[in-house]
Amino acid sequence: MNKHLLSAADLTRDDAVAILDTAVELARVSDRTVKKLPTLRGRTVVNLFFEDSTRTRISFEAAAKRLSADVITFSAKGSSVSKGESLKDTALTLEAMGADAIVVRHGASGAPHRLAHSGWIDGVVVNAGDGTHEHPTQALLDAYTLRHHLSSDEGALDGRHVVIVGDVLHSRVARSNVLLLHTLGARVTLVAPPTLMPVGVESWPCGISYDLDAALPGADAVMMLRVQAERMNAAYFPSANEYSRRYGLDVRRSDLLADGGIVMHPGPMNRGMEITAEVADGPRSVIVEQVTNGVHVRMAVLYRLLGAADVIGEAS
Amino acid sequence: MTTVLRNVRPYGEDAVDITMRDGLISAIEPAGTQPAAEGIDGRGLVLLPGFVDLHTHLREPGREDAETIATGTAAAALGGFTAVHAMANTNPVADTAGVVEQVWRRGIEAGHCDVHPVGAVTVGLQGERLAELGAMADSAARVRIFSDDGVCVSDPVLMRRALEYVKAFDGVIAQHAQDPRLTEGAQMNESELSGVLGLRGWPAVAEEAIIARDLLLAQHVGSRVHICHLSTRGSVEIVRWAKERGVEVTAEVTPHHLILTEELARTYDPRYKVNPPLRTADDVEAVREGLEDGTIDVVATDHAPHAREDKDCEWAAGAFGLLGLETAFSVVFETMVATGRLDWRQLADRMSERPARIGRVIDQGRPVAVGEPASLVVVDPHATWTVDPSRSASRSANTPFLSREMRGAVVHTLLRGRPTVIDGSLAP
Repeated sequence: MNKHLLSAADLTRDDAVAILDTAVELARVSDRTVKKLPTLRGRTVVNLFFEDSTRTRISFEAAAKRLSADVITFSAKGSSVSKGESLKDTALTLEAMGADAIVVRHGASGAPHRLAHSGWIDGVVVNAGDGTHEHPTQALLDAYTLRHHLSSDEGALDGRHVVIVGDVLHSRVARSNVLLLHTLGARVTLVAPPTLMPVGVESWPCGISYDLDAALPGADAVMMLRVQAERMNAAYFPSANEYSRRYGLDVRRSDLLADGGIVMHPGPMNRGMEITAEVADGPRSVIVEQVTNGVHVRMAVLYRLLGAADVIGEAS
Repeated sequence: MTTVLRNVRPYGEDAVDITMRDGLISAIEPAGTQPAAEGIDGRGLVLLPGFVDLHTHLREPGREDAETIATGTAAAALGGFTAVHAMANTNPVADTAGVVEQVWRRGIEAGHCDVHPVGAVTVGLQGERLAELGAMADSAARVRIFSDDGVCVSDPVLMRRALEYVKAFDGVIAQHAQDPRLTEGAQMNESELSGVLGLRGWPAVAEEAIIARDLLLAQHVGSRVHICHLSTRGSVEIVRWAKERGVEVTAEVTPHHLILTEELARTYDPRYKVNPPLRTADDVEAVREGLEDGTIDVVATDHAPHAREDKDCEWAAGAFGLLGLETAFSVVFETMVATGRLDWRQLADRMSERPARIGRVIDQGRPVAVGEPASLVVVDPHATWTVDPSRSASRSANTPFLSREMRGAVVHTLLRGRPTVIDGSLAP
């Protein structure tokens, strides 16, 4: 495995399966009364959040704490970051504090790559979402969730069909999922209005459609991306209503999925925009479960990147 | 004052000894005529007219931490330039006779090469009303090139008026062709790669649409127009089409667009962030073809120094621009001369004669001949060297060629008979 986790493309099929398998084992630990493992005792994990993201930050914090790491969290608000301190100076500060791993969320695409390769720091860098580039741990938790429902916790996702719908252009979740799900053997179809598809998307390892009703029948899962209503001001689509009609997921559309097909969303949802409340809270929805799985997957990532010895069994 | 340059090959042809007196070439004799103890030894190297850069950012006044007129022109001399055109996007903007005269005078004081200020087209580069173009033209700096470089004159009416107005004093508008709406927040060439990297795209059409519009405008009002740093295949084709129709257009390409591609954005290192962005390998081939067949008239560096902190950061926060003066000749040599696409006379045409003509600089870009100004450069086509910012005269270090081995080197530069660079170092 690479030293850092910057892109879902960094993961081979074996790497990805190993992380998912580790996450399954760690999830079993979480069912115990004492949830904590001593694995990362004495190691320092820094959560460096230049962008607000309560759910991702809490998920990483919980993951590191359950592995007994010392956890330091920097958030943009109320820290030197909001006073204009540069990425470099923040990184040097963290390095001086002896961070073993830096989990970074940043509004600029490639910021984690810069942290990892600029020579500013020695620690492991985990991308917790960078600009409109990638969000590899989100893809891992999505793969974990898919595997749990579609492949009973082992192997990969060969032959499964996943439809990803929405603002692909600005979505780091879509980029990482296309890469990872392809690596794991799944077939992915991206659905969006042409204005929200990136230039060159035809070369990505996935199918492309502008028609949600045509893409959904028989799919094993549909993943709805958050669409910001402001996008209509930049002429990406005419109105929120038109977007919902053409690309929103309602009960009629979710029933086009295969039997047992699931509905996913990385959150936070715009209920009534890309997904109706009936579907979000309905029987096919695994949206809350995705959040839970996020902690297990992030534990697995930290566990494997920090080269922890095989001590999962120790606490039992 | 008399200076002798022995054993040099003008345009790579037969070796001669050159005698210079009072800034002019006073004699050209067969090599070996002058005593071996006299003057500068040219070692049989290639002699060319001194290079003229149409597009240089000297940063003074305003950003003297990144470059000054003295350091920028020293870098120019090391790169074989005997004249540079200083872009107007300083602080204050070079939009009045006072600022352009100050820049011009500081250039004379520094003495490394001639500095011809470029005047802003619009007040403060704001694109709202014309700057006092006539006052700048009539000033001691004799401005002939006007540009809002860094910003496009996107208002078609304003562009039309500017094109018309400068005819009164034989000026030219140098357009930074970039549709502002199509490039809001743009970070790199829009392509398959920008989609993968999640960096906002700067599409070729944003350059090509402005160029097409301006060529039609220039044709309509009968003005000449100059296109700055053209970077795409489409732009080359549009300029070629316009030249065939007799439009009085000239165009420049930067050294970096002749050799580097967008692939460098994969590093997310803002060292490679520049405007217009690095394009595809196909675009690189197209601008080489354009420079070869003369569709593109000149190589211009777009030398753009930036303070270290403006590049030592994440890509989106990084400044656009990179250094070019000291590496320009080597890049053009490697891509165009060593490949057989241009001979030495054509290199002199693209880097000295045509730029001087476009800028209406009468004493530069002249033939190597008796009675002509002795502003000259001696280059070694066989030398190789490694780019090392600590050896650069620039105050900044943002070269995209860091640690790269370059082919071809500037050995001596002479400004009106006076050496400014000897053996690759600034003359004392």
